[in-house]
Amino acid sequence: MTTTPERALSAPAIDIHGLRKAFGPVQALDGLDLTVQHGQVAGFLGPNGAGKSTTIRVLLGLLRSDSGTVQLLGGDPWADAVALHRRLAYVPGDVSLWPNLTGGEAIDYLTRLRGRPDKRRKAELLERFQLDPTKKARTYSKGNRQKVALVAAFASEVDLLVLDEPTSGLDPLMEAVFTDYTREAKALGTSVLLSSHILHEVEKVCDTVTIIRGGRAVESGTLEELRHLTRSNVTAVLAADPGALRTMPGVHNMVAEPNGGGARVTFDVDNDSIGAVLTALSGLDVRSFTAAPPSLEELFMRHYGDENAAGSTGRGGSDTAIGRHALSDGADTAASAR
Amino acid sequence: MSTAPVTRAVATAPPDERGSTLTGTGSLVRFILRRDRLRLGVWTASMVLFYAYFTAALDTVFADQAARQGRAAVMETPAGIVMAGPGYGLDDYTTGAAMANEGITWVVLALAILSILLVVRHTRAEEESGRSELVRAAVVGRHAPAVAAVITLLVVNAVIALLSALAMTGVSEGELDLTNALAMTVGSGLSALVFGAVAVVMCQITEHARAATGASLAVFAVAFVVRAVGDMQQQGGSALSWFSPIAWAQQMRAFVDLRWWPAALSVVTIVVLLWLGAVLASRRDFGGGMIASRGGRADARASLRGPFALAWVQQRTALLWSCLGLGLMWYASGTLMPEIDTMIGEVVESNPVAQQVFGADPTALSLNFLGIMILYAALCCAAYAIVMAVRPKVEESSGRIELALSLPLSRSHWLGAQLLVAGLGTLVLLAVSVYAMWAGAVSVGWEDQSFGDYTKVVVTHLPALLMYLGLTAALFAWVPRATGLGWVLIAYTFVIGMFGDLFDLPRWTSRISPFSWVPTPFVETAQAGDLIGLWAVAIALFAVAFVGFRRRDLVTN
Repeated sequence: MTTTPERALSAPAIDIHGLRKAFGPVQALDGLDLTVQHGQVAGFLGPNGAGKSTTIRVLLGLLRSDSGTVQLLGGDPWADAVALHRRLAYVPGDVSLWPNLTGGEAIDYLTRLRGRPDKRRKAELLERFQLDPTKKARTYSKGNRQKVALVAAFASEVDLLVLDEPTSGLDPLMEAVFTDYTREAKALGTSVLLSSHILHEVEKVCDTVTIIRGGRAVESGTLEELRHLTRSNVTAVLAADPGALRTMPGVHNMVAEPNGGGARVTFDVDNDSIGAVLTALSGLDVRSFTAAPPSLEELFMRHYGDENAAGSTGRGGSDTAIGRHALSDGADTAASAR
Repeated sequence: MSTAPVTRAVATAPPDERGSTLTGTGSLVRFILRRDRLRLGVWTASMVLFYAYFTAALDTVFADQAARQGRAAVMETPAGIVMAGPGYGLDDYTTGAAMANEGITWVVLALAILSILLVVRHTRAEEESGRSELVRAAVVGRHAPAVAAVITLLVVNAVIALLSALAMTGVSEGELDLTNALAMTVGSGLSALVFGAVAVVMCQITEHARAATGASLAVFAVAFVVRAVGDMQQQGGSALSWFSPIAWAQQMRAFVDLRWWPAALSVVTIVVLLWLGAVLASRRDFGGGMIASRGGRADARASLRGPFALAWVQQRTALLWSCLGLGLMWYASGTLMPEIDTMIGEVVESNPVAQQVFGADPTALSLNFLGIMILYAALCCAAYAIVMAVRPKVEESSGRIELALSLPLSRSHWLGAQLLVAGLGTLVLLAVSVYAMWAGAVSVGWEDQSFGDYTKVVVTHLPALLMYLGLTAALFAWVPRATGLGWVLIAYTFVIGMFGDLFDLPRWTSRISPFSWVPTPFVETAQAGDLIGLWAVAIALFAVAFVGFRRRDLVTN
């Protein structure tokens, strides 16, 4: 939509096929596919240990892939690293800064090397993110270190932002500022790869989502496409007896409670059965009706919920613990994982 | 809920349950001892061993009166006064007098560092990290953490003083009597506690642990200089000396003419400082300081625009302090040159091991001594080179390398910048060390070796030092886990350089040491082939490092 014609014609910003990477006996990436079109904001979801950071390190040329093809802005991330890095900015999930530089100095260093530093833009970002640039980096909290990297990234004029759990340690107000700037970047035609396990953040800004697990993509597509694959949640107050609904194909987890003279029902329905269910409902004297699309939480649960139940993934229990955490309150748990 | 007795909820706790600002101190002391048991154990053992070793070494190496008087002569020189003490008992330099005169400064230094670190670690650093928030939220008084740290400090210092005194008396088989030994160890401990109390005050004033440590160490440095300058004006110390807490231990004149009252100065100062710390602590907020920490630059200097500039910013502080510290030390050593013949001559005559190290020829003594000092200086530079060559490894494991290499910056450019700054720093440190020795010798009229001779030393040692840098870089590039192996080569070089002639080893074993290819300072002329060989190996190591680093995965966290 916002992409210019020549960009639309060129190769995707990120194009990964069958990427594999092992560390000793651990297969971190196991045939991963990931595509980010120009101008798109792509969510990259998965609990810690699923392979998100490994993928990003391959994209940055810090790690060499074992097999598969990886294209970054039309180039090879390993061989063309220096040229490609002129066109991207990166925010790590756990920012380490040079302890004896102040935040302001670190931002200047990063933006100068990326080229075209802009003082006014830096001042604006510092103001919006409420960051004091005069403190030595060793005295910054985790959230403030994160802000340093975010300010440096958003202050640079680039074609691609690679953000690895960028809001870990930020409070909700700052998360909102982050969302604003991500939208602004998108409006300017910048492509964004946003890795996260905070689902509402991805839901707010992303056009497409790729969910990875055990080093391979298990779902990917636009949010709408993914929602098609799943169920909607229906709540209705009916005057008639809802018993017939219970046996309909596509209806799950139905709960009925007496409500006045009738009943209040809630159930999940497979999206391809919605038509039939609506027809059935219309004969049951509907008093009120709400239907909600599945949240990303629910999408996520479908892929990690069973792991939670099993309590083991072969990659250690931490994955599932993180998944459960992130789902239960949407809070950032990166700190606890590290 | 509504049935809960409202009166109980609002009633003030009875006085005995309200607790004081010191509630919980006892538990905190046990907690500190538990957390630091290894650290404090190592400190205690090292201090006691130092006392024991120093006593034994003086007793055996300087066994007869003549040798000890030779040593006393050195202690009258300016360098001797700076490194040792006010010079009590120089006319009859017994082992005890030598212990007190030469040992106290260094014992106080070590104990002061222990005290400052302990206080800061358990007060300001805990507050800064947020750990003490947890503790303070429990039933713990406001002053309890600081008081617990001070009590721990007292206990540790008391234990060290007692065990050290026993060790001295024991090792000397009673020659050093327990009363005087206790005077020395307790006096030193009290002096060190003054600096621990200074740290308590600094922890209230500054917001950050590093600033508190730095300020306290700076106070020690001032005390060190004041004592040295004061003692130089007059043997036995001038009025100026008395302004330094270090002097208060030395002025007890242990083993010479013991008096106890100078220790009272330490006690009074400690009490006043602790009282001051308590007053300040009551006035400040948790986590805050009396003075807000000074902000740094909001914008980087225009010069900070590349990896070379950043590497320089990261390494310059270490380089500056190394140059200052080592420069002063080698300058002081240089001023010893005219005394060498008297000082070592006596020892060499009576001690066959010393003969092997310094050579049997008495006329070449000072030259051999100078050679050994150059070896030490070069080894210090090699250690500096390795520390700086390990920096890239630190950048990698801390994760900073990720951010750095996400910039349009090639790996070779990044590593090259780090190594270039490290190499230049090593060269500067070598030059400062060697020329400081020259300046020290010249300042006391020793001009047997010319400035040009010293320049030759710098030129011939540089490629050998670069080998340590190159080796560490190559290890970092190919086997990052083994980056620290360069230290083994330093240890090997030291043993071969010092004692190579003592063990009858095959020739090739000594040739592994890079310094064996460097001409003996002031004696041999440089062999072009050897030097070219050293340069070639160093350059090859760097090439290997760059090739390896370009092709490997980066390992972060």
